[in-house]
Amino acid sequence: MYKIDADFVEAVSHSDEFNANACMHCGNCTASCPMGLELLPRKLFRYVVVGLEKMVVENAETIYSCLLCKMCEESCPADVHIAGNVKKLRNYINTKYYKL
Amino acid sequence: MALPTGKVIGIMADNLRKRKNVIPLSAKKSTAWAEGLNLPRGGETVIYTGLLYQLMPGITGLAAKMASYENSFMRHLMGMGRLANKFINVAAFMGGAKPAVYKEYNRILRNIACLLQKSGVEFGYLYEQELYTGALLHDNGVEHLVKKQARRIWDVLQANGVKEVITTDPHTTNMLRSVFPEVIEGYDLKVRSYLEVLAEVAPEATNPLNKELVIHDSCMYARYEDVIDEPRQVLAKAGAKVVEPDYAGKLTWCCGGPVESLFPSKSKKVAEERVSQLAENGRQITAMCPICVFSLREAAEKRDDGTEIHDIIDHLSEAYCLDK
Ligand code: SF4
Ligand code: SF4
Repeated sequence: MYKIDADFVEAVSHSDEFNANACMHCGNCTASCPMGLELLPRKLFRYVVVGLEKMVVENAETIYSCLLCKMCEESCPADVHIAGNVKKLRNYINTKYYKL
Repeated sequence: MALPTGKVIGIMADNLRKRKNVIPLSAKKSTAWAEGLNLPRGGETVIYTGLLYQLMPGITGLAAKMASYENSFMRHLMGMGRLANKFINVAAFMGGAKPAVYKEYNRILRNIACLLQKSGVEFGYLYEQELYTGALLHDNGVEHLVKKQARRIWDVLQANGVKEVITTDPHTTNMLRSVFPEVIEGYDLKVRSYLEVLAEVAPEATNPLNKELVIHDSCMYARYEDVIDEPRQVLAKAGAKVVEPDYAGKLTWCCGGPVESLFPSKSKKVAEERVSQLAENGRQITAMCPICVFSLREAAEKRDDGTEIHDIIDHLSEAYCLDK
């Protein structure tokens, strides 16, 4: 059972740089990803939106493996800024966990 | 086993903070490419390399080391490496390259500048005042340092009265054109890539290429900066027949390079897949970013089937008899 972290939701999900609420879980992004990233962005962004910080941090490797190539964005029907969201998550992890 | 992400980014961040670059580079190495070109210092329009080509020998040397550490006990020592790096420049020991490699990247920049001159474009250069844009740290989400670097660069540009820059690679173009305006108020620099400039002004080739070239678009140019038609126009002027692979233009396939420093094995797999896609259409491949060229070339060499990856400027140099 994972704890829902309201501060995390506030810091990431409610920030201007993060837009994932429109995601409709169609899976186009996953299908078109050259990296074959299974988790990004569908499940990962859902973890963020509902505040499962621990799940996000456990998936740091996936977050830093994204090429930021935006191939996924070309086929996203909801106009989710996937690469920008990934960068926002990196920024959060860098600050809180890597103390950069 | 993956490299320790926080430690690797930490070394790059410490370097940018302390040494103004992710891999420190001497002023001599940064500006050697321009020796003898007599480019005026400063001016309203300057060429801006963002030091990416000059950094490539260091980046590639470092990438090779990282790849060897990825599955060895050495990855556990990255924390010590970061600590040591605060006092000495660790990258200098890890990422050295042979003089011939530096010469090769310098030649590319020289040829870009020469072709611009040959096309009648007037521009200056900031020499040792030019700084790396921080693109690697922007990708990795270290935004507070990127903001600082943007400010440093904007101050230099303003102090020199620069109004317009001509960039030499997609990552520098993106930082100066799309990222910096978001972090600096009143930033109004005009930024064009040399390919955009050449698409407008390059003359017809003196030695038309008369060959087919398979094009690999950079993600950064195609999807971030909308630079898609220009390289094709420039290649057409050079007399090349551009062959489009299945994934091209807005739908180009990444070279894998962006994660080379953190996940070398994953990066190489993407590059191999991309080279296979490209090679289905021909053996001569043209790319327009030093990171793409490096990643794809490494993958192409493994195939041993004559597939060749070149920087677009190499093809243009042949068409315009440059290569000095
Ligand atoms: S930006 Fe990241 S998630 Fe999207 S296609 Fe590229 S590697 Fe995959
Ligand atoms: S393509 Fe867009 S809408 Fe579809 S799952 Fe991915 S992020 Fe969500």
